[in-house]
Amino acid sequence: MEKFSYINPARLEQVPGLLKDDWQSKVIAGGTDLLGEMKDYIESPKRLINLKSIPGLDQISADDGGLTIGAMATLTDITEHSEIQKNYTALAEAAGVVASPQIRNVGTLGGNLCQRPRCWYYRDPDTDCLKKGGNMCYALSGLNKYNAIFGGGPNYIVHPSDTAPALVALGAEVTILGAGGQRTIPLENFFILPTVANPYRENILEPNEIITQIHLPKPIANTTSFYIKLRERSSFDFALVSIAGVFQTQGKKCQDLSLILGGVAPAPWRSNEAEQVLRGQVISDDLGERAGKAAVKNADPMSDNAYKVTLTQNLVKRAAVMAVS
Amino acid sequence: MSRKVHVQTQINGENVEFLCEPRQSMLEVLRNELDLTGAKEGCNNGNCGACTIIVEGRPVNSCCMLGVEAEGKEIQTIEGVATPEGLHPLQQKFLEHAALQCGICTPGFIMNAKVLLETNPNPTEEEVRFWLAGNLCRCTGYDKIIRAVLDTTETTGVSTNG
Repeated sequence: MEKFSYINPARLEQVPGLLKDDWQSKVIAGGTDLLGEMKDYIESPKRLINLKSIPGLDQISADDGGLTIGAMATLTDITEHSEIQKNYTALAEAAGVVASPQIRNVGTLGGNLCQRPRCWYYRDPDTDCLKKGGNMCYALSGLNKYNAIFGGGPNYIVHPSDTAPALVALGAEVTILGAGGQRTIPLENFFILPTVANPYRENILEPNEIITQIHLPKPIANTTSFYIKLRERSSFDFALVSIAGVFQTQGKKCQDLSLILGGVAPAPWRSNEAEQVLRGQVISDDLGERAGKAAVKNADPMSDNAYKVTLTQNLVKRAAVMAVS
Repeated sequence: MSRKVHVQTQINGENVEFLCEPRQSMLEVLRNELDLTGAKEGCNNGNCGACTIIVEGRPVNSCCMLGVEAEGKEIQTIEGVATPEGLHPLQQKFLEHAALQCGICTPGFIMNAKVLLETNPNPTEEEVRFWLAGNLCRCTGYDKIIRAVLDTTETTGVSTNG
């Protein structure tokens, strides 16, 4: 790891100024992702701004408008929170299947949303891939078992977060603090797909901006939510494919829903196609099957990851059937 | 530029001061600065749990924590688990069940399991396996490890307060 200086700000308002705007400074929250990148020289910031020194950023509080979760709340805090377990089950379940218990004990919600991709070309210190300023995405012609089947190009990473699909499905908003003050936007608009002009980032944060909190709306009556994660090693792994489902139902009829896939695209991936099949309909095994097929109609797998198409199709069906059983 | 930082912390009940560079992990500080070599470096990236220590009551990977982040914290390592009176019941049960082969993973398993039993004195096998998911044993000794932890629970009448 390269040398850096470590700064403990006392107040949140100091952070944008300390970060400057040259990508040479980074905030550190739990550090479980960032320190790994620094050890492998993927990132070598000159300064780390420690958010743990600022009191109050880890608060979880319910109010009339819903639930507000500070960006520094740990994944363990979220998993064990009774209000989240009851009314925002998809989030509690997603936070509970991130990495290992030791990592959930320090990993934060803000960090989980901002974690960098796991593509092995990106993570390899000696590979100068497109995301690190190189000329090409090696996954396209190389080993791409874990890469994207939706939304890829010019790079083909998948977004690694478990909490992101759950929060997007639950209609979360994110508050961002920058030099010009705070703004709050739908979390769905926070994540971005790679473009030729900007293949580097996975979200809209500017170098001097941070996430300060996540806000969840009050739950709607007769709504259930859940998160299912498929992984090679069920004890501790990133998602091959995951799904966050939020279903508003009456009996077996699906009045409204949100279906967000993880592990398949460079950002949390809303399956509009599957939602359209299910919305307003009585859910049966057959309809679930149709939703699954619709979900993968536009999938674009690469040489080693067509299995993700099958997983996605079956997972969408399973989510639909589960929601009404 | 970085210079050494003075850190005050508490390790195994004793006040400890040390100097470290910001880039030194807590694991490096424990092993190289404080001669506490019980926590092991397996993967050095959060995958294996061999470096597990307890910070403020929660098990964490000390390789994924910076030494400077120990400031003001209460830390436990494997060196503080046994007392002059004898081994911690978990250590005793690991011995009785031969729940180790090479032993590199053992300090991490003990530290993580210690918090489990303090949080949930009577866990099911599923709960033990779920809790220990972040600790790898490359000698594939998982079954004996799970038996040793289960044998230390309240149902056996063994105190876990060690």
